[in-house]
Amino acid sequence: MEFALTHDQIQMQESLDRTLERVAPLDRIRAVADQPTPLAPDIAAAVAELGAPAVLVPEAYGGLGLGVLDAALLAEVLGRHAAPVPYIGPVLAGLALSLSGSESQKLAWLPGIASGKTVLGLALSEFASGARMDAGVSASQGMLNGKALFALDAATADAFIVADRAGGLHLVTANATGLTQTALTSIDRTRSIAELTFKDTPSEPVDQGDVANTLIRMRDAGRVLLAADTLGAAQRMIDRAVAYAKERQQFGRVIGSYQAVKHMCAEMAAELEPCRALIWYAGYAQDALPDEASLTAAHAKAHLSEIGRFVARTSTEVFGGIGITDLLGLHYLFKRIGLNRQLLGAPERLRREAAVMQGFIDA
Amino acid sequence: MDLAYDAQYAAFREEVRAFAEAHRHLAPKRTGHRPTSEQIVWQKLLIAHGYAARTIPAAYGGFGAAPDILKSRIIAEVFAEYSLPGGLANQGISMLVPTLLELGTEEQKQAFIAPTLQGEMVWCQGYSEPGAGSDLASLKTRADDDGENFIINGQKIWTSTAHAADMIFCLVRTEPDAPKHQGISYLTFSMKSPGIEVRPLKTMTGGAEFNEVFFTDVKVPKTQIVGARGQGWFVANATLKHERGMLGDPNAALSRLKAIIDLMKTEQLDGHRVMDNPLYLDRLMQLQARVMSMQFNGMRILTSALKGEAPGMAGLIVKLQGCELNHQLAALAIDVMGELGVLYHGSPHERDGGVWQHRYMFDLGLIIGGGTAQIQKNIISERGLDMPREPKLAPVSARA
Repeated sequence: MEFALTHDQIQMQESLDRTLERVAPLDRIRAVADQPTPLAPDIAAAVAELGAPAVLVPEAYGGLGLGVLDAALLAEVLGRHAAPVPYIGPVLAGLALSLSGSESQKLAWLPGIASGKTVLGLALSEFASGARMDAGVSASQGMLNGKALFALDAATADAFIVADRAGGLHLVTANATGLTQTALTSIDRTRSIAELTFKDTPSEPVDQGDVANTLIRMRDAGRVLLAADTLGAAQRMIDRAVAYAKERQQFGRVIGSYQAVKHMCAEMAAELEPCRALIWYAGYAQDALPDEASLTAAHAKAHLSEIGRFVARTSTEVFGGIGITDLLGLHYLFKRIGLNRQLLGAPERLRREAAVMQGFIDA
Repeated sequence: MDLAYDAQYAAFREEVRAFAEAHRHLAPKRTGHRPTSEQIVWQKLLIAHGYAARTIPAAYGGFGAAPDILKSRIIAEVFAEYSLPGGLANQGISMLVPTLLELGTEEQKQAFIAPTLQGEMVWCQGYSEPGAGSDLASLKTRADDDGENFIINGQKIWTSTAHAADMIFCLVRTEPDAPKHQGISYLTFSMKSPGIEVRPLKTMTGGAEFNEVFFTDVKVPKTQIVGARGQGWFVANATLKHERGMLGDPNAALSRLKAIIDLMKTEQLDGHRVMDNPLYLDRLMQLQARVMSMQFNGMRILTSALKGEAPGMAGLIVKLQGCELNHQLAALAIDVMGELGVLYHGSPHERDGGVWQHRYMFDLGLIIGGGTAQIQKNIISERGLDMPREPKLAPVSARA
């Protein structure tokens, strides 16, 4: 029994952290966020160099063959830096292909995902969050029709993995005929989301093995990664608030010596620290404890959404007025946490799903 | 991460389960402040099997096993699984015994540890005073040296079990002129000593879980000091760390959560199960995520302990978060019962013996006791986040 990260896992986090410290400082993040779409090929290349998009890809296809916990630990560091790079899209699309792709699909796409040369976006929102407005994709005779909202990592995607209304998965290239991509502008300018419309768009089915199970594993892994991204962003916000409180002086003292301020910081730390154990457990469960995978993923995502929101607003308050300006760039973390909360199932939906999974209520 | 138990521990778990199966009929009911004869029999049985007093040397009445945190955890898990009471967990066993083992003389160990473990000698803790709560080191109960004895005068408060206790371990001021942390000594003495008066302190639960204790010229032989004279603050801190470990235990939250799930499946309103009310269900799920987090945080702390590492922030937050979580769980149980939730004192239709209201009120005391929530936040920010202490103001008397 050992509930701790391995030396390798800690090193992997530290090296990504150091790299992002170097290639993604605040002024670089600001420059990327000010563009119409968050394109940062230099940062994406540096992250890929360290193997981030390769994390779940099997070694036989050029990947690292690691688990969802490892992917979550990387997501945590990306969140910590509000890194403007595709991650959830390629990682989950790669998982879809690894679990349910044909051999030729794996050979065609997985090595590129692993090296970062190929980016895959992901249209899973209707399956994981429910359908808004008239969204939904239908598949018939190799053609897709309909609309997918909130497709992840869309801006630089070479292809998409798309979930249809009937529980099928499809691979569509970004330049396929009849596919229109409309960027959606969110509060978070470090990640791209889009609306995809399909009109008789040719696609390949991703249909090997138990596709229903593949969809669930993608959804659950995605929830753990988003929760981990929030953990990283929230921890950074606490670190910055505490550091500021030790420097900023008012009434002749550093504000961090007032209990009113100290207690805000203590409450944030007390709320966030157990979340770390929840993420570790949920990440581990995805590969090692299949019976607990969906429940812990739903709870991790829901709980981190709530605690993330609390930390985002409270840490901003510690800074006083300067906290809500653009000067310190705290808002990139604040908005990162805000986007994570809504994606792949908002907390109220997740808690209801968690109750259904345990048989407390009917679906 | 590897949450599997290896073969040795899996076998140990089966051994504990076999014990539980074979002896569950002997499990005593939980009662008041003094163990009943059934509880004493159960306690001796547990010690004999190594399920209580496990690591305490056999020479002092324990089982004498080498420390193995994992085995201790397995014992706790199996006992929870079978809803069996574990070994006695009173203040004598949880706080005095570890202190004596660390700092007591051989005579003190021989005299006190075995009867305390067996439930035959019951202790109370004399720490807090009316003027020394969060600022415990400012305590004023005096111990004057008459050559052979200390003569104790003063008052303690929040002394649970004092009316039923045989003995007290008590902090007193032996060096009134020394700085406040250096003038305190840790004494043990009989609660039957002349000059002790115990007054029950009735609380909002309707019970009297605590007492006030008054000392008037109580004579205590000077040999009954634990640790050196004037070092009592440091002796007590060795035990306070044991107390904080007891408060906020995630296993308590887990068993409460299970009980609320049962309650929400069985209680009905307008012919519908309470579980089918989405607002109550949402609160239940929020609390379940918190219980899970604290449980996993506990596994993380356990791993640190196994490796001999300090648990850091993961450990500092347990008392604050755990006590608040238990309180929130009790609040949900009351709320799902609606009007039934207020029934108490053995009223008709009362559920679970009114235990949820009792817990809701009693747990507020636990949020305050053992270092208030505010003191916990000071500890978290100062030790965990390295934030500065609030500067001291001049004493009240020196200000205009």
